[in-house]
Amino acid sequence: MKNFTYFRPTTPEQAVALLENRWGNTELLAGGTDLHDLQKEYVAQPARVVSLSGVNALAGITVDVKSVRIGANAKLADIANNAQLKRLFPSLTDAADQIGGPQIRNMGTLGGNLCQRNRCWYFRDEHTNCLLKTGQRCFALDGENKYHAIFSQGHRCVIVNPSTLAPALVALGASAVVQGPNARRTVELARFFRAPGANNEREHTLEANELVVEVTIPVGNLANASYEVRHKQAYDWPLVQAAVSFERGDGGVRNPRVVLGHVAPTPHVSEAAARSITGQGITEATAGAAGRAAAQDAKPLSQNAYKVKLVEVAVKRALLIAAGQKRYWEL
Amino acid sequence: MSDIKETTGLSRRQFLKGSGAAAAATALGTAAAPSAQAAQPPAAQQVPGMGPAGVKITLQVNGRKMSSTVEPRVTLLDALRNYLDVTGCKRVCDRGTCGACTVLLDNKPVYACSMLALEAQGKEIRTAESLVQGAKLDAVPAAFVRFDAQQCGFCTPGFVVAMKAVLEQNPKATPAEVEKGLAGNICRCGTYEQMRDAIYSLCNTKRG
Repeated sequence: MKNFTYFRPTTPEQAVALLENRWGNTELLAGGTDLHDLQKEYVAQPARVVSLSGVNALAGITVDVKSVRIGANAKLADIANNAQLKRLFPSLTDAADQIGGPQIRNMGTLGGNLCQRNRCWYFRDEHTNCLLKTGQRCFALDGENKYHAIFSQGHRCVIVNPSTLAPALVALGASAVVQGPNARRTVELARFFRAPGANNEREHTLEANELVVEVTIPVGNLANASYEVRHKQAYDWPLVQAAVSFERGDGGVRNPRVVLGHVAPTPHVSEAAARSITGQGITEATAGAAGRAAAQDAKPLSQNAYKVKLVEVAVKRALLIAAGQKRYWEL
Repeated sequence: MSDIKETTGLSRRQFLKGSGAAAAATALGTAAAPSAQAAQPPAAQQVPGMGPAGVKITLQVNGRKMSSTVEPRVTLLDALRNYLDVTGCKRVCDRGTCGACTVLLDNKPVYACSMLALEAQGKEIRTAESLVQGAKLDAVPAAFVRFDAQQCGFCTPGFVVAMKAVLEQNPKATPAEVEKGLAGNICRCGTYEQMRDAIYSLCNTKRG
């Protein structure tokens, strides 16, 4: 790891004032589980590191009647184990509870989970100069791409967004409060992410001198769930994740949101799946149809066609869980 | 259980540390000077930077205050092992995936390899060494001994610390809950079945 100067501000304003208007020379440090990895691989070589561990304004989880506020410094374990959040937003707490292992969840934060860098092995290899560094091409496009995007919509870089909380939060209609050099702004998480394609672009739309202060989630009467498919039972990245939310009415499902994770450079909102399930009761048949609708526009790469079927399954199961149906796949 | 007693005299570690000191001093002498800071807004000027040269730190390790001088880039793991001679936590993957470096930070298991030593100040750090009081082994490592739940033993300090955290937080934890608490640790020798025996024994003991 290249050595650096370490700063420990105590307010969001101080933290932002220490940042620069370009990426790379100064990095924010939250839980450290991503940044230090990148530093050890010399993929990140900041000369200055701004720690958020002393910024108390970023801490805490507050549950009100109308909205929930989760500070950017909230640990993944604090989110996963919060009884009120479990009752209101099981999609979020289940997603948090399945990230890494206990050590990762005790260290990793909400803000870090949303702003972490992608896990593409070409990007994270010191010696591979890919598009997101100063290179001219994406090596995953015609290389080893079994964990890459199946919805890349012509993007030049075919990473998948690494955040498992993001699809759940997008489906719940959450927003991020962002501190900039002069003011705060609020951005819907549905607009928070982007597909990066160069070394001056990240997986989100924050400027280099901005920082996530907190995330707010409106409290409604939303059925919600997240389901992920992994190789291993624990300590594994999802191959595919589906997060869903909807209102229940006499005429069936209303205002559904179906958001896929780990299949595209950003959390992937499936309008087709939402249309398919709107006004329907949730059964294995209607949930399965929504899953097929979610997968229909997929354009897999050479090694990841298997993910298309997983999308169908993940959406179907997430809808059945949210509706409180029997989990036929569990023995 | 006599093998847990400390040996006296010059250890291999102390010898290596002594012979490395000259090289380390040379490296320190060539450390880059802090880059000149451009004019910054008032909010930032209130926050002093630390490093890149060595910074004095004090850590609370296994109930003792320990001090040293480390560069900001030094992880908690390397500070414990290479600067403070607390070698229970092991450096294996150094990337937050194997669990051999697991320590308790304010009673919660974390990866010491993925945290800066600077960030651990003011927290109570406990390593596998804290699971021996005099010649008495804590129940968790004692169960590992009884059920032969290790082969090469390099992952064991991380496993016992992670397991201790689960049972401290919930003395009535079920074997499944203990296993969930071990999801962030890996044993390359594959002694999981013996560990399961140890876990069941620990849970039955707790159940009375």
